[in-house]
Amino acid sequence: MRKFDTKVQHLKYKVLRAVAKHAWKGDLLEKVTDIPKEIIPGGTPTMRCCIYKERAILSERVKIAMGGDKSNPNVIEVIDIACDECPASGYQVSDACRGCLAHRCEDVCPKDAITFDSQHKAHIDKSKCINCGRCAQACQYSAIINRKRPCENACKIKAISMAETGEAKIDNNKCISCGACVYQCPFGAISDKSFILNVIDMINKSEDNSKYKVYAVVAPSIASNFTYAKLGQVITGIEKLGFFHAVEAALGADMVAYAESKELAEKGFLTSSCCPAFVDYVHKSFPKMVQHVSHNLSPAATIAKYIKETDPKCKIVFIGPCTAKKMEFQLEHARPYIDSVITFEELQALFDSRDIDITTLEEGVLDNASYYGRIFARSGGLSDAVAQGLKEHGINDFELKAVPCDGIEQCRTALLKAQAGKPDGNFIEGMACVGGCIGGAGCLTHEAKNKADVDKYGRQAMEKTITDAISVYNIGKDN
Amino acid sequence: MMMKITVCIGSSCHLKGSREVVEGLQKLIADNGLKDKIELAGTFCLGQCQTGVNVLVGDERYSVTPETVTSFFEKDVLPKLG
Repeated sequence: MRKFDTKVQHLKYKVLRAVAKHAWKGDLLEKVTDIPKEIIPGGTPTMRCCIYKERAILSERVKIAMGGDKSNPNVIEVIDIACDECPASGYQVSDACRGCLAHRCEDVCPKDAITFDSQHKAHIDKSKCINCGRCAQACQYSAIINRKRPCENACKIKAISMAETGEAKIDNNKCISCGACVYQCPFGAISDKSFILNVIDMINKSEDNSKYKVYAVVAPSIASNFTYAKLGQVITGIEKLGFFHAVEAALGADMVAYAESKELAEKGFLTSSCCPAFVDYVHKSFPKMVQHVSHNLSPAATIAKYIKETDPKCKIVFIGPCTAKKMEFQLEHARPYIDSVITFEELQALFDSRDIDITTLEEGVLDNASYYGRIFARSGGLSDAVAQGLKEHGINDFELKAVPCDGIEQCRTALLKAQAGKPDGNFIEGMACVGGCIGGAGCLTHEAKNKADVDKYGRQAMEKTITDAISVYNIGKDN
Repeated sequence: MMMKITVCIGSSCHLKGSREVVEGLQKLIADNGLKDKIELAGTFCLGQCQTGVNVLVGDERYSVTPETVTSFFEKDVLPKLG
């Protein structure tokens, strides 16, 4: 059974699993230097020039699995020696150029950057080329290729560049920790720092949830992860790991949808605040728009806050698809509520570090939220939920014009227009990952059917309205 | 002294009707004019999912369903108020 999309994810998982295994056993400090050799015992190199380089890179991966470079505030980190320093020459004419007569490439070039040699083959003058790509589109032989680094290509907000020494470099002043580069780098040279050791420590010190309880807040995108097992088995697995109880982050989403729809009607224009990468993007690149970001906490922080109100001593771990959540939980507004964050990739590693085969477990239950809270996991879901929220509030004199932004490029366009005073609507739903949370870098898989999985999970919710789902939230507040 | 009634709203109890139990208790508390005597609260899981909906009166645990909420209130809550 294939659990991951790529071999890079699988390698990262093996490291996380090994680190976790030793952490549970209590011999991590002693064995930490042996982990690379455990994973690559010897023989022929399968990934790099020699096993020594493979092991050296693995040691770096082990460091990241143990929390990474403490001096770097960004949760996304480049592993310098793992970076293959891909060619980054931009548009280039390949051998496929036939030296034709048409010269369409030359005709479309706005900078006169294309010349021809004595064999009539095209050449691009790099000092003139602006990488617009028109020549590549025009060539009928597809002979012009764009040699752009996958990491730079993945980073639509241009936070990645090439260091003088050739490896990828992340500009922390721009990076929003979305993890797109982590998922896209074919060499696994960019990774999200892991907090699995904090979580293991939290579970161990709880002494079987007797000193304090450890709650898991589970993101609704779980519906499109662990599809090789049943959702209820994942929940039992989470409890087997030592968590006291799992609660749906989607209940927090219901609470947000309810509050946000009211806030929207009052203010008239709003952007969402659910996606930590989007919110960080607004802060870093559109500071004038910060005032329009909804004042609601994210769904995860909202439900965590509520759980802490019912049990002030407890610890809360968010489990989801998101690398940016690892940044969010350290921010002032979320820190009191969320104690740690792990991804679905890391949850899989934790299961296997304890030899928990979730497919053999009994099915537990996870049912707190409504359909609307659950569909937050996919692009457009939040807008649908806000529309429903307005309806349930009985607000009829406000017309919602939602702008669901699927991925950070669409967010950028919507924010630029709004900043210029010409927004396409009155509610910007900003989701940094394409597809929404189900496209998050920490998901096990990223498939087209994932959206259908989320909608199906939404329909399975017992509560059909937001008001019913959040009525428990109001216990003690209005009686 | 305020009496505290805590209703489990974890997944398992939720599926067994904790929302209806909460709504029933809210109504009974209001109808009996006990808003200043009883504090109603929620909690996620009391670790006894088989017997849900689990309700704590003070520290004592009871198993309540949407159907039994009125008799529970009359039998196990009202007498304790003295």
